[in-house]
Amino acid sequence: MTIEQLDAVRSRPEVAEAHPMLFGIVSAPNHPMVTCFGIEASDPRLARGEWLSGRREAFGSTDDEVFLGARAAEFFWGVGWGDELAVGRATFRVGGVFRNENGFEDGGLFMPLSMAQDFFGREAVSSVVAVKLRDESRGEVFKAEIEVAYPGIIALENHEFSQNYNSFKILTFTAWAVGICAFCLGGLGVANTMLLSVFARIREIAVLRVCGFSERQVGALIFGEATIIAALGVVMGFGIGFTVLAVMEATPQFQGYVQANITVPVLGGIVVTAIFTAMLGAIYPARYASRIQPAEALRYK
Amino acid sequence: MLPAFNRRRHCVINNQRGKIIVKVRKVTKSYDRGKIAVLRGVSLEVRAGEIVSLWGASGSGKSTLLHLLGGLDLPDAGEMEVCGLNPCGERDRLILRRQHLGYVFQLHNLIPDLTVEENVRIPALAVGRDADETQKRVRQLAADLGISHRLHHRIQDISGGGRQRTAICRALMNAPRLLLADEPTGSLDENTGDTVFALLQGLAEREKIAVILATHEGRFAEQCHRIVRVRNGQLSEV
Repeated sequence: MTIEQLDAVRSRPEVAEAHPMLFGIVSAPNHPMVTCFGIEASDPRLARGEWLSGRREAFGSTDDEVFLGARAAEFFWGVGWGDELAVGRATFRVGGVFRNENGFEDGGLFMPLSMAQDFFGREAVSSVVAVKLRDESRGEVFKAEIEVAYPGIIALENHEFSQNYNSFKILTFTAWAVGICAFCLGGLGVANTMLLSVFARIREIAVLRVCGFSERQVGALIFGEATIIAALGVVMGFGIGFTVLAVMEATPQFQGYVQANITVPVLGGIVVTAIFTAMLGAIYPARYASRIQPAEALRYK
Repeated sequence: MLPAFNRRRHCVINNQRGKIIVKVRKVTKSYDRGKIAVLRGVSLEVRAGEIVSLWGASGSGKSTLLHLLGGLDLPDAGEMEVCGLNPCGERDRLILRRQHLGYVFQLHNLIPDLTVEENVRIPALAVGRDADETQKRVRQLAADLGISHRLHHRIQDISGGGRQRTAICRALMNAPRLLLADEPTGSLDENTGDTVFALLQGLAEREKIAVILATHEGRFAEQCHRIVRVRNGQLSEV
């Protein structure tokens, strides 16, 4: 959004506040990807943040100071107030460190908007403008008016923003793609394991049939074993998953991009998905096992 | 030594011991799409309480006949009735295996990872028998066969004779009316073989069940009530 468009939005009577932000990615020594946020000194983030060092009032007072999110300062650079910091081709002084409630932003670097525009060569524009309306119930109307007035600008409410922002879309899509692949691989894994198990015990299954096990009982046996495998997988998966998440959260290179948000429904979904995958994978082995002909199987070496 | 062979072919063999529980009429079985004829229209009757030996060389068709009687395989033609049920029908076959038949294999076919007791319990598990009743039956059979002290041992830790006794216990678990024993002494040394055979005989008498014993050893065949020779895919009474 250009500065003219921003001014026009600010001048609308229904707008209480409008705060522009410019996103930028820059590299730093040992850190190929650093997220920078260019904001105005009046941005509520600065007021809401818990200042660990430096002063909020100093934000934007000089053109050589940057400010760090607490996570970025703690893990990423290990620098503090007054230290020098090399970012891109420039060197800045750390004007302060503050804790931000948003983990993504807490792992980033903040600088005044005008400085960020110079630094990234994007004069008089911002990536996003956060608007607070006097009457929040007029959100839909406001969005429609903005999109008509400024073609090419997309107006979104908070929840829509997080759902529609391209990067988030890509991340969400990637997560789903990985999840679906994992689901398929899990099913194939169970099928393969159970099929190998059936082949390895073909004589034993034949003996069970000779001893009076019905096709259904043999099938149930295979499904039961698949369920046990799935349950073990869930336990191991939780153990490994929680550990990896904890490590990622504590790793400076992730700058707060990873924030574990594990709820009971998510855990329930994982258990159900694992059991369902195992059942799906066990269908063919169970079918195969239940149809074993004892006479043939007993000849099997 | 066995008596001279009766050369009659397709003989219908029976005696007057009890009710007929195995009736086989003109059953044929071949493999490889009919190229290898194993049984050529055989007929046989076995009555309750009888111990009948199917005596013949390896590959003569003894095991094939037992497989057909046990519903492990299907005949190409002919009629069979075992304990009043048709082993060719899926439903009857399941009832037969669960309630009327016990099977002892030459290589015992026990599950090696399980204990003796767990192996013996398998047929009871298939029919969902009461745990206390099963426990009593296991203990009784184990005592009869002399493996009470082995019940908690794993199969891989016991001798060949012990394994075959376990297999007999398992076959008798659901108190079958017919025991099909396929060379039960074939993998045992002479002394152990004699012991196992004597146990089999004693249990058959005590439990009042019919036994069809496939063997190539004349010394066991001649101790049975009847000897049926299997040769060239046909049966003849000796």
